[in-house]
Amino acid sequence: MARVVVDVMPKEEILDPQGQAVANALPRQGFEGVSHVRQGKHFELEVADDVDDDTLERIAENFLANPVIEDWSVRRVES
Amino acid sequence: MSAAGASIGVITFPGSLDDGDARRAVRRAGATPVALWHADADLHGVDAVIVPGGFSYGDYLRCGAIAKFAPVMTEVLRAAEHGMPVLGVCNGFQVLCEAGLLPGALTRNAGLHYVCRDQWLRAENTTSTWTTRYEPGAELLIPVKHGEGRYVAEESTLDELEGEGRVLFRYVEDNPNGSSRDIAGVTDARGRVAGLMPHPEHAIDPLTGPTDDGLGMFLSALDTLVPA
Repeated sequence: MARVVVDVMPKEEILDPQGQAVANALPRQGFEGVSHVRQGKHFELEVADDVDDDTLERIAENFLANPVIEDWSVRRVES
Repeated sequence: MSAAGASIGVITFPGSLDDGDARRAVRRAGATPVALWHADADLHGVDAVIVPGGFSYGDYLRCGAIAKFAPVMTEVLRAAEHGMPVLGVCNGFQVLCEAGLLPGALTRNAGLHYVCRDQWLRAENTTSTWTTRYEPGAELLIPVKHGEGRYVAEESTLDELEGEGRVLFRYVEDNPNGSSRDIAGVTDARGRVAGLMPHPEHAIDPLTGPTDDGLGMFLSALDTLVPA
């Protein structure tokens, strides 16, 4: 088994009101100096050893992310 | 063929909410509603399909992202390719965008709030299968109720939609979700597949909705299905 991490983020040009809400809430709690927050998704997949990179890329592109509004990255991590 | 001879399927996913009202709207327009089940790869011979509002599969991952892989959706994609009229409302619009039948995507409302209210729309395209009963520029009052209805697409895609007259409806007065160019609904290149965030099926009878302004969408489709 291998562990694969897929990170999905809203594209830079896509408004991220959730990230903005988080950023706006920080000063109210006394945390200063954070000017910008973007909120995305983090997936951890346990995959069989014979699942190749191409398959992982298709999982990310066709399902975990929506390429119209999101960017994504796929990486294998030490298990 | 009489209007009652035309049948319109309404899909029910786990988490669909507005399938009942969609079937009622179909019946009110004079056609026969047919309940379609998400796990059933069969359209039961219907002449058109409505993908209704709600929270299909709990809207897990993204709105409509899991529903697009439902067995019934495989059949809808195939039928749409052959020209079958398809209407997606709210969550159904999200499903059609995720499935690639319509361009763009629906994202979190700019104001972050779930918006539930009666909303004025302007009919922009009155030649699509679902909008022929409206006068160009007609204003309609129809409920909206969604938290993720902000329509976005690449600027080039938006320009293409505008250039080809594929914006069906635009919000007037007050955009409820920050949607690009106030877009409330769009259609595909052939004008047969339509999607919108507002709910025409909730505005078919002044007794239960703000107006009957939504009924025109169902009557429009029936005009196509039942040649005069």
